[in-house]
Amino acid sequence: MPTATPSGRYSVFAIARQALRQHQNWGRAWVSPEPRERYKVVIVGAGGHGLATAYYLGKNFGITDIAVIEKGWLGGGNTGRNTTIIRSNYLQDPSAAIYDKSLKLYETLSQDLNYNVMFSPRGLIMLAQTEHEVRGYKRTVYANNLQGVSTEWIEPARLKELVPIINLDGPRYPVLGGLYQARGGTARHDAVAWGYARACSDMGMHIIQNCEVTGIETDSGQVRAVNTSKGRIGCEKLALVVAGHSSQLAEMAGFRLPIESVALQALVSEPIKPCMDVVVMANTVHGYLSQSDKGEMVVGGGTDGYNNFTQRGSWHHVEETVRALVETFPMISRLKMLRQWGGIVDMTGDRSPILSGTPVGNLYVNCGWGTGGFKGIPGSGWAMAELVANGSPGPLAADFGLGRFREGRFIDESVAAGVAH
Amino acid sequence: MLILTCPYCGVAAEETELQPGGEAHLKRVGPEGSDDELEGYLFARKNPKGVHFERWRHAYGCGKWFLAARDTATLQVYGTYKAQTTHPPADVVSEIRKSRPDWQPDWTQAE
Repeated sequence: MPTATPSGRYSVFAIARQALRQHQNWGRAWVSPEPRERYKVVIVGAGGHGLATAYYLGKNFGITDIAVIEKGWLGGGNTGRNTTIIRSNYLQDPSAAIYDKSLKLYETLSQDLNYNVMFSPRGLIMLAQTEHEVRGYKRTVYANNLQGVSTEWIEPARLKELVPIINLDGPRYPVLGGLYQARGGTARHDAVAWGYARACSDMGMHIIQNCEVTGIETDSGQVRAVNTSKGRIGCEKLALVVAGHSSQLAEMAGFRLPIESVALQALVSEPIKPCMDVVVMANTVHGYLSQSDKGEMVVGGGTDGYNNFTQRGSWHHVEETVRALVETFPMISRLKMLRQWGGIVDMTGDRSPILSGTPVGNLYVNCGWGTGGFKGIPGSGWAMAELVANGSPGPLAADFGLGRFREGRFIDESVAAGVAH
Repeated sequence: MLILTCPYCGVAAEETELQPGGEAHLKRVGPEGSDDELEGYLFARKNPKGVHFERWRHAYGCGKWFLAARDTATLQVYGTYKAQTTHPPADVVSEIRKSRPDWQPDWTQAE
């Protein structure tokens, strides 16, 4: 049985030591205490974004009197349901800034957390399959160069070298080139949540699973406590960092968010030998493909067009995605699909996230990451920690406030990124 | 697959024939509206986990816009009705009550 003691530092020596003891004494990666009556900061949602927020509150601001509460299990929402793609080739400056901060943090995250998140900067290509997309992606490359984000435009010949299994002359949409970000890639999604959880637990924070929020208590416009399935938990500051159910939590606090919840699906194939060592996204036909370390082809597609909280989506979207990918990568046509799943993503009108204060004092929201939340986890946590600690947003979060909808200052990525985000 | 019956042409249309159009019964905000009202009209959707009234277009059929009552938590369809109404009709409401006896409409019938 694993003990309830903290796990200590992971290293090759720790493995050797434990090997001598038949691996009987590995400590738990994080402790799961019962909630106390009160914390300085309560974070709702122990997914990647919530745990990263807690971690950077501790690391950058020395705040460790924190509870991260989660209605299900840790990382069991969208953190465990995405296609693990990481990139920062966004068109708008505020997006490029926060996603590139995120990518830079990912690059050293394993060392930082002392937990192998298996970050694999294998490179990422977004295919241009129409003249419009060629112009759009060239524009993004120019914008990225001005933002200090290294991306490049590549011609079909170079693309074929990078992705030998691609069919450039598809019957419907020939591949005309691509937007290439060599620093982009993938990471192990569960490990990101687990690594942050372990680091938070080591700092003395409480991670409380199976603890559903049933109400938010306010007094004179200030947040006072959350009522949960494990009782009332008082707090000085409250951060709502959930995906999918952001609207429901906001309603408990008495305000409405510019968000709609829809299902996004993904699927993986049986494992095959290594055949593709980059991530390929095809936005015209709504499909993206990468190969996991286990050899499975990981497939992502488009969102459904209607509100849904059931974590399962429309069959015809899967069909559409697979059809497009088979056309682009003919060799996958005989692959059997092993698993298919859906996650509930919260979509904003401009397809950019919300990191913001709210009408309720000391209550902050981090939501609206839509279909692209995983890549944003470290940067989101970094910016959210700054917002919660100081009560006002830092440079990364400043443009992502709720006020932008009222004022018309959109960070419009819906045109730039399309649906595959 | 989601199937909605078009109240105009009567066809039981599969999802691939339909185009979703978001929340129904929104009240337009005119030039006299405040900034708050305009923001609410444009962005603040109800996004309920449960009964949802929404607009759909029978895009690959008769082409008409109609309204549907659907449950976002169970995916049950309670009924469809014509777009020229300010509130869901009584038969749709009673269909909702069969599955969700505690559900309360957020409008008053007199309006």
